[in-house]
Amino acid sequence: MDYKGVWILAEQSRGRVQRISHELLTRARQLAHNRGTDVAAMIFGHNIRQSDLQELIDRGADRVVAVEAPQLEKFLPEPYAACMLKIIADYKPEIIIAGATSTGRTLMPYVAVRANAGLTADCTVLDIEQETGNLLQTRPAIGGNILATIKTPSHRPQMATVRPRSTKPAAKQHGRTGEIVRLKAPAHCLESRIKHVGFIPNESEHSLQESDIVVSAGRGIGKAENLPLVQRLADELRAALGASRDVVDRGWLSYPHQVGLSGKTVSPKLYFACGISGAIQHLAGMQTSETIVAVNTDADAQIFSVADFGIVGDIFEILPVLCERLKQAGSRQ
Amino acid sequence: MHIVVPIKQVPETNAVKMDEKTGTMIREGVEAIVNPLDLYAIETAVRLREQYEGDVVAISMGPPKAEAALREAVAMGCDSAVLLSDKAFAGSDTWATSYVLAAAIRKLNNYDLVICGERATDGDTGQVGPGIASSLDLPVATYVGKIEKFSNGYCRVHRLIEQGHEILDVKLPAVLTVVKEIANPRLPTLRGKQKARKIDIPVWGVDSLKVETGRLGLNGSPTRVVKIFRPKLARQCQKHVADDDQAVVQAVDKLVAFLQQKQLI
Ligand SMILES: Cc1cc2nc3c(=O)[nH]c(=O)nc-3n(C[C@H](O)[C@H](O)[C@H](O)COP(=O)(O)OP(=O)(O)OC[C@H]3O[C@@H](n4cnc5c(N)ncnc54)[C@H](O)[C@@H]3O)c2cc1C
Ligand SMILES: Nc1ncnc2c1ncn2[C@@H]1O[C@H](COP(=O)(O)O)[C@@H](O)[C@H]1O
Repeated sequence: MDYKGVWILAEQSRGRVQRISHELLTRARQLAHNRGTDVAAMIFGHNIRQSDLQELIDRGADRVVAVEAPQLEKFLPEPYAACMLKIIADYKPEIIIAGATSTGRTLMPYVAVRANAGLTADCTVLDIEQETGNLLQTRPAIGGNILATIKTPSHRPQMATVRPRSTKPAAKQHGRTGEIVRLKAPAHCLESRIKHVGFIPNESEHSLQESDIVVSAGRGIGKAENLPLVQRLADELRAALGASRDVVDRGWLSYPHQVGLSGKTVSPKLYFACGISGAIQHLAGMQTSETIVAVNTDADAQIFSVADFGIVGDIFEILPVLCERLKQAGSRQ
Repeated sequence: MHIVVPIKQVPETNAVKMDEKTGTMIREGVEAIVNPLDLYAIETAVRLREQYEGDVVAISMGPPKAEAALREAVAMGCDSAVLLSDKAFAGSDTWATSYVLAAAIRKLNNYDLVICGERATDGDTGQVGPGIASSLDLPVATYVGKIEKFSNGYCRVHRLIEQGHEILDVKLPAVLTVVKEIANPRLPTLRGKQKARKIDIPVWGVDSLKVETGRLGLNGSPTRVVKIFRPKLARQCQKHVADDDQAVVQAVDKLVAFLQQKQLI
């Protein structure tokens, strides 16, 4: 098999390269290093900024292939799949990794079926098996209760998605050089039985995944009426408000707040868990946070096993005192 | 409107117990249920049938006992069901699963929509819906939160993405995968249950489908599970017990100092 190179699917929105692309470069560089090969990025869009393409090189790509056409401005499964299949035919990538975004999760399986390739979703760890050079893909399974390592022994390319925010973006290295190829998409790649007819943006711009600090409420808050207690802490820390699934299932907060396996993955500088037990499915969405603080009445709660700082105590007693102290500390500055 | 709904039978994951030593699932006593996210697909299909007439066929690939999931789908209002069951299908990954489901849908022949759940709670990949679409060479809209209308052979849907809702016109026939927002699944009615008990559910195996045997089951699956293990948790937590007013103040002081030292405040 003459398949080689680690490729990422870079994503763009309105011609600007998205952060997930830089996160994927972190993974790709490490894999390419272990495999002794190069990193390439494919990106589909229209009028993608040249400086953003160069930035992919600065952050670790050796080659960038941008396929462009007005019809590729927004994601559509058929033309995007046709473009990716063209890249597979022309360049024969050994590995393709994409973000587990609404785009990646749709495009990758569509392509994998056509390309007769193996695909593993939501990998948390990617590595190379030294003896064979196969990609080792580790992902949570059965509700996060176990981790499974999966490989694709005899089909190429090997394809995988990884969750957004599960790694840091690759750092810029000045003076890195690489090749940027801009291609006009061939007409036969642009046919689509789906048309974009409109867009309704989310109401709140404030995004859980982009916040440096996330304060999350668990069932320990007891009832919806107690949410302001946690909200106040979030306000003091200028944090986004997260929640466990229990809180969302009870309708105390809406689904976009949910952190965990079936919610969002966050990786903030500080994750503050209030009255959360630390079920494995919750941990799956936050354990890569830089610093974790937990307040829980149960000294044996599992959340403490991933926390850096824990208070065994009642949130109704701790949080008001803490908010007061943070306010004082804030006004002193 | 002719609709096919692929559904999967899964273990009730909330109740899953793990064997700590072997890292495998203890299957005894774990109930098998319809993948909870497939209930939304069934509900969507049944509502469309109620509105536009036609029929809804539920299909499932799995062991013989997956028949129970199909009966539940009929109890919720599906008109008929087909079970895809054969030893040759065992060990399928999402590639091989999509392949068999696509072959079955092709055999059903007359369909306008295939409606899948967002993902199955056991495998949790969400790959089978787009995989079926690709295998059948149909357009696919994933994460559909609303079906607005049908006109001129198109279906207008709202697709939930990170930044909001995309509004798309999708040419029929097409595959949709639906999210929770789309509808509240109904409970089976008494009449539905009676029908479900009596209905004859055909079983299709390799011989009933146009499939290449080399593409089925474990042999036809590009991916292989090579290792299964328990996640490890490891951080050194400094724990402070705050069981009276004074201890609360002390613990909070320490926390504030900790956050300052980490330059988080
Ligand atoms: C397939 C699957 C996917 C899932 N996905 C997710 C997911 O994405 N996200 C998620 O969060 N969960 C998910 N879950 C659910 C998960 O297993 C747990 O049920 C859930 O995380 C528990 O939420 P909790 O910690 O808020 O509630 P509980 O487990 O009930 O914990 C409440 C905690 O609050 C503490 N407490 C009570 N009162 C106080 C007080 N006054 N002060 C301080 N502490 C107090 C208690 O000691 C306890 O530890 C999933 C489950 C499955 C099976
Ligand atoms: N074995 C199966 N039989 C029928 N439908 C399935 C099967 N596996 C998956 N599906 C469908 O595909 C969706 C996504 O499943 P998955 O890709 O396994 O997460 C499910 O919600 C079902 O609608």
